[in-house]
Amino acid sequence: MSIIEVEKLTKYYGKSRGIVDVSFAEEEGEIFGFIGPNGAGKSTTIRLLLSLIHPTSGSARIFGKDVTTHGPEIRRDIGYLPSEVFYYEGMRVIDLLKYSASFFDRDCTQRMKELSDLMELELNRRISDLSYGNKKKVGIVQGLLHSPKLLFLDEPTSGLDPLMQRKFFDLIREENRRGVTVFFSSHILGEVQRLCTRVAIIREGRIVEVSNIRTLQQNNYKKISVTAEGLGNSFVQIPGASNLQTENGTVNFFFKGDINTVLQRLNGVQVTDVTIEEPTLEEIFMHYYE
Amino acid sequence: MNTNIYRHELHIRWKSVFTWSVALAFLIVFFFSIFPAFAKDADLLNQMMAKFPPEMKAAFGLDSMDMSTVLGFFSLIFLFVQLCLSIQAGNYGFGLVSVEEAELTADFLLTRPVSRWGILTSKLLAVLTSMIVTDLVVWASTFLAILLFNDGRAYEISPLLLLLVSILPFQLFFLSVGLVVSLLVKRIRSVTPYSLGLGFGAYVLSAFSGVFGEAKLELITPFKHFDAAAIVQNQAFDTPLVLLNVAVTLISVAASYWLYKRRDIHAVS
Repeated sequence: MSIIEVEKLTKYYGKSRGIVDVSFAEEEGEIFGFIGPNGAGKSTTIRLLLSLIHPTSGSARIFGKDVTTHGPEIRRDIGYLPSEVFYYEGMRVIDLLKYSASFFDRDCTQRMKELSDLMELELNRRISDLSYGNKKKVGIVQGLLHSPKLLFLDEPTSGLDPLMQRKFFDLIREENRRGVTVFFSSHILGEVQRLCTRVAIIREGRIVEVSNIRTLQQNNYKKISVTAEGLGNSFVQIPGASNLQTENGTVNFFFKGDINTVLQRLNGVQVTDVTIEEPTLEEIFMHYYE
Repeated sequence: MNTNIYRHELHIRWKSVFTWSVALAFLIVFFFSIFPAFAKDADLLNQMMAKFPPEMKAAFGLDSMDMSTVLGFFSLIFLFVQLCLSIQAGNYGFGLVSVEEAELTADFLLTRPVSRWGILTSKLLAVLTSMIVTDLVVWASTFLAILLFNDGRAYEISPLLLLLVSILPFQLFFLSVGLVVSLLVKRIRSVTPYSLGLGFGAYVLSAFSGVFGEAKLELITPFKHFDAAAIVQNQAFDTPLVLLNVAVTLISVAASYWLYKRRDIHAVS
């Protein structure tokens, strides 16, 4: 069953573009990556799905229900971690968490404690005294304490130190194993690559590609690096090679096509070292943005 | 209606309610404590007042007040009480939803499983409670002040009750107008300039309407809808004006619900 179904969702802020004709579907149990640079429309999409803003046209359904008409019902099973967290400054952490829990018709005490321990959160401090990273931790606990079925993460790792980031990713994987569907928006491709099964790439408000992370990498360029003597620029002649760079006797290039043509070409050469790699998502991504 | 939001709203506002209530109680009691001195030299005072330019007297509503009577004197104090209440109610109205948007906590609240209707209703009820608490303090301090310092002079209870009853619809006007204006503009960075503007603006309109003898301005300012001097003098409300006041309030509240349901909550930046 599709947990999120988005159809031709469009949002204009007055005349300025938010998103245009965005369509995709996320299946139950997926970790779905949503990548694009700042200003591409990632947050706009999430805010539309949470009905914080209203679509100009198009529609979106979560758990099979329309987000504009069934918002409160849908949000019972949604957790949301915004990119920047803001809470009532005068409150203590524990009060904020309890206030958040009070909106849900289930007992969240146990989970709240588990998560706070895991995130090493000091419950008795005032929100206003917390550092940015600590506020972020409050956000994580707050987003998960009611055991949601669907998680929206909007650039969740900003402000977390590497150690916490790892804990956080483990936590998300753990949640996912328990059946939680995750919608993960980010402009850091490494983390999307580590976590997600499928990705949608958004650019200037439009989806340019929705695909499996594997296929995205496979159907794409190979990254080839050859170290050999007297190689010269002979590789330029191979059809499908691009971005050729020569450095200290090492030739780097991207290649798309039948890999055998490269291997044949290498056959007669005394080679010191060869690597043929999948490009990182980052490199694929740049390709979409050229 | 969500009791958790209601409680939260009461909690964040109680300091403000406390401060306003204490300030108003002091204003009423201390101001009225000079009544005996005033009343003693009432003739002298009235003679002096007669020499004031009529425009000035009109601006303070002094032209129809007899300062030597309990209610005449009280209606002058009541004008200041109204001014304070209008600013307080304006604060609550302008800030009801805009503060959460300015401090960016709206994201948190609106991603809870509650409807916008539920949020606004809970917030309005919490503010209503806050204002009623203030009113009770105003009522109590009024009775206390008059009891202590009436100088043995008789007064009628019914116009006094009318004045005190008028407080709530008076506040609701500023609350609802503040709310609807806050929803009509894109963002309110600071609430106080708006509430001071609305409060003093309404007061000045009422004062000027006295100066120019212009009747039209009465229609839009609650200081005229619930003109203390007139209520004391006529021992009755001006029914059409009160109805107008209530109508504006109801329309503002209805429009607020309509606007809030459709409002886009924008992200940081």
